[in-house]
Parts: sequence; C-alpha cells; structure tokens
Amino acid sequence: MNLTLKVWRQKDAKSPGKFETYEARNISTHASFLEMLDVVNEDLISKGIEPIHFESDCREGICGTCSMVIDGLPHGGQPGTTVCQLHMRYFQEGQVVTIEPWRAKPFPVVRDLIVDRSSFDRIIQAGGYISVRTGGTPDANALPVPKQNADLAMDAAQCIGCGACVAACRNASGMLFMSAKMGHLSYLPQGQAERSRRALAMVRQHDSEGFGNCTNQYECEAACPKEISVAYIARMNRDYALASAKEMAGVE
Amino acid sequence: MSTAAAAAPSRPNPLAAFYASTIGKKWIVALTGLGLIGFVIGHLLGNLQIFLPPDYINTYAKKLKDLGPLLWIIRFGLLGIFVLHVVNTIQLRQRSAAARPEAYAVERKKAASKASLTMIISGLILLAFIVFHLLHFTLTVIPTKDIHVLDPLGRHDVYRMVVGGFQNPLVSIFYLISMGLLCMHISHGFQSVFQTIGLRTRRLSGPLNLLSNGLGWFLFLGNAAIVLAILFGLVK
Repeated sequence: MNLTLKVWRQKDAKSPGKFETYEARNISTHASFLEMLDVVNEDLISKGIEPIHFESDCREGICGTCSMVIDGLPHGGQPGTTVCQLHMRYFQEGQVVTIEPWRAKPFPVVRDLIVDRSSFDRIIQAGGYISVRTGGTPDANALPVPKQNADLAMDAAQCIGCGACVAACRNASGMLFMSAKMGHLSYLPQGQAERSRRALAMVRQHDSEGFGNCTNQYECEAACPKEISVAYIARMNRDYALASAKEMAGVE
Repeated sequence: MSTAAAAAPSRPNPLAAFYASTIGKKWIVALTGLGLIGFVIGHLLGNLQIFLPPDYINTYAKKLKDLGPLLWIIRFGLLGIFVLHVVNTIQLRQRSAAARPEAYAVERKKAASKASLTMIISGLILLAFIVFHLLHFTLTVIPTKDIHVLDPLGRHDVYRMVVGGFQNPLVSIFYLISMGLLCMHISHGFQSVFQTIGLRTRRLSGPLNLLSNGLGWFLFLGNAAIVLAILFGLVK
C-alpha cells in the first residue's frame, strides 16, 4: 500500500518544528507502523535526507517509548495498543497520515517524534517507591493479600509510563500515570506505611513539573495501551485529600 | 524510614499547599459545584409554584424576604461558594493551557462528551446569565412589565413580575438558551464531582452518568416549562 505522511520535524527542544510531507511506497499491510517508518527512513537515507527520528525499543508493546500521536490519537487510537502493535491494515490506500510527538510542557521534544519523559521519573523519585528492603521472594502465604487487591495492584502495575495519558489529555495532566503508580503500591500491604507521604509528595512533584489538572473526560483511559481505569484517579484524589487532612491536623 | 521526618521541616503550610495543588483546587470546584447544584434544585422547586395560584409563590417570596439577617448570610454564603467555584476553575484552566503550549495539528476525541469539552464556555455564559438574572428579578433594574406591583394583600407581587418578565420573547429566549447550557454544565459536572472526591468506582460510573444526565434534563425541562408556559400564555 502507499501512504502520504505528514511528519513533525524538529531539530531540538529550542528550535521551532514544522511538518514535512513524505511518501511511503510499497508498504505491506502486515507491517507494523514502526516497520513502515523504518522503510520510509531507508528511502530517506538513500536520498540523503535526515531520517525521521523516533524512539522504539521492545517492539512488543511494553517499553512505552513510541511517543507518537497518529491522526490525532496517541499510538493511533486502536484500543490497548502501542505503535509497534498498530498494523498497517488499519490504514487505507492513499491515506494522508499526520504524525506528531506528545505535546506537553513537561515532555519537551528531544528531536522529531522523541520526547523527554524524565518528568515522570521525577514523580516516581518523589514517592513512587517503598523504603524497605523486600528481600528475596517470600513464601506465597507469608503475607496474605486478598485476591481482589492483588488483581487491582497488578492492573495498576501494568502502566509502562509511556505518557499516552498525558498526550491524550486536553489538559496534559499526568494523573492516570501518577494514580496507577500510587494504586499499585496502595493496594498492597508493603505500600501502606508511606501511603500518605507518597500521595502528598507525588502530587506536589506532578504539579511542579507543569502538568495540567484532570477534568474527568476520561480520554486518558481510552488512550492507555494498558487500559488502566480512571478509578485509580478517583482513589488518588481520595488519598491525597485524606493525606492533606492528616497533615493539616498533624496526625502522626 | 527517617527520610519522612527529615523532609518535614521544609514542607509548606499544609492548608496553603492543599489549596495551591491541582487536586486541592479540583476538590474545591467539586464541592462548591455540588453546593450550587443544591441551590439550583431548590430554586427550581420553589419557582415551580408559578403553576399554582399567585398566592403560593407570593407567600413563599415573602417568607424568604422575612428571613432577614439569615437571608443575607445565605446570600453571602452563596456568593462565596460561587466565587470559589469560578476563580479556582479559571486558575486550573490557566495551568492546563500552560501545560500544552503547542496545540496538536490534528485532534480527535474518543471519550470526552460535548458537555465536558465546553464547560468553560457554558460556565462563562452562565456567569453572564446569572448577572443578568440578578439585575432582572432580584435588583429589578432592568425595565420589565409589572415589576413593582403589589398583590391584594399588599405584598410584592412576584407572580405578576415573573409573568411580565417572560412575556418578553427576547428575554425568554436568552433564559431558554442559558437553561440549555445549565443542563449541559450539570450533566458533566454532577458525575464529575464523584470522580474528584474519590467516590466514583467502576461499578458506580454507569448509574452516576445516568443520574447526572437525568438531573441536567430535570433542571432544563423544569425551568423551560416556566418560561414556555408564560411565553405561550398558559400561565398569565
């Protein structure tokens, strides 16, 4: 199949970017979107044009590096997939496809379609951890965890930190990411000791990174390649308010 | 484990930190919104007395006026709630606008409702409407038919004031449009409150959406019924 690509080209965070148009010729419908870009880049290199810079690592939907908004939807908008899992059969012959990087102040563009997501790392550094040594794998019955809690913690832990939630959000809010990271710890016994401190520290870091606020439109949930529920955001809102109240009252 | 204690002294005032945070502001917008929804429901229920003989709504209006200082406490309370709702929303919108300095060339939505995407616009038009509404029926400075008449018992004839007000088609149309926007604003706002204060679970999301849309429609139809009944001469 043949496609026309309108791709965002930007030299670095400081330079202004613009769209360039490229032709994608003889693409297999079995190819993934990233493989299609590889083919286009081969062609660009042979013509002496700087290839399109994009990030990819695992190509199996778990690294979360492919920060592309394709025709207005992060990762192309197929439910529960990243760009490497997006296949060309979803596109039509001759279609014009617009490819842009995540657009958010806390995710500055490194080059073309690559963004710097270290603001997410700093949110984790602020409180997305537990401060005890967990040691080796414990016996399964040593620390009882109800099945439902284990499932909810694991659902949240599926977050790959790709930033699609921020990209899809009208407010560039990082709350689905942050709430998933809080949720995966707060459903487990090991996460309880620092639960309040974690909620306060992570929300404050999120705000100081310049992410927007949540307006409950649930675009993040629809865009999440791991289909993480906005129910974690509701839980985080509750945790944060409770932690703030405890802090105000000086509860030890 | 000593890191928590070490970090404590550098923390800002907890109340100020909560008020300054995105989630803190969301909580304030949600709770004040819930208060305003309560007021709007009470306001409609009181005004539906227009469908009863004039004595009912005039007695009701007199009772409210006779609350004296309590009425002023309620008025200032409402004003405070309203200001908090508007100011915090605008501050949050500014933060969100700053969080996306460069817009997408192509934008598509998968989940967001029309009502949710127009909250700021519907809210600002409602703000203008509320100012007009207060000038119209509370401060009575907008020239309106029968605005200062007394009823046979010597009370302010609110019944005739309302009927006189909505006999003007231009005014009625503005009210109807505003009530449509109120319906949209609340259909997103009501269920949104529960998400923000952490009570919207996966199981409750469906029922809450239904309830939220139902409440929006109830407020629209109830208020529109008053305006339309007068405009078409069913209530006179």
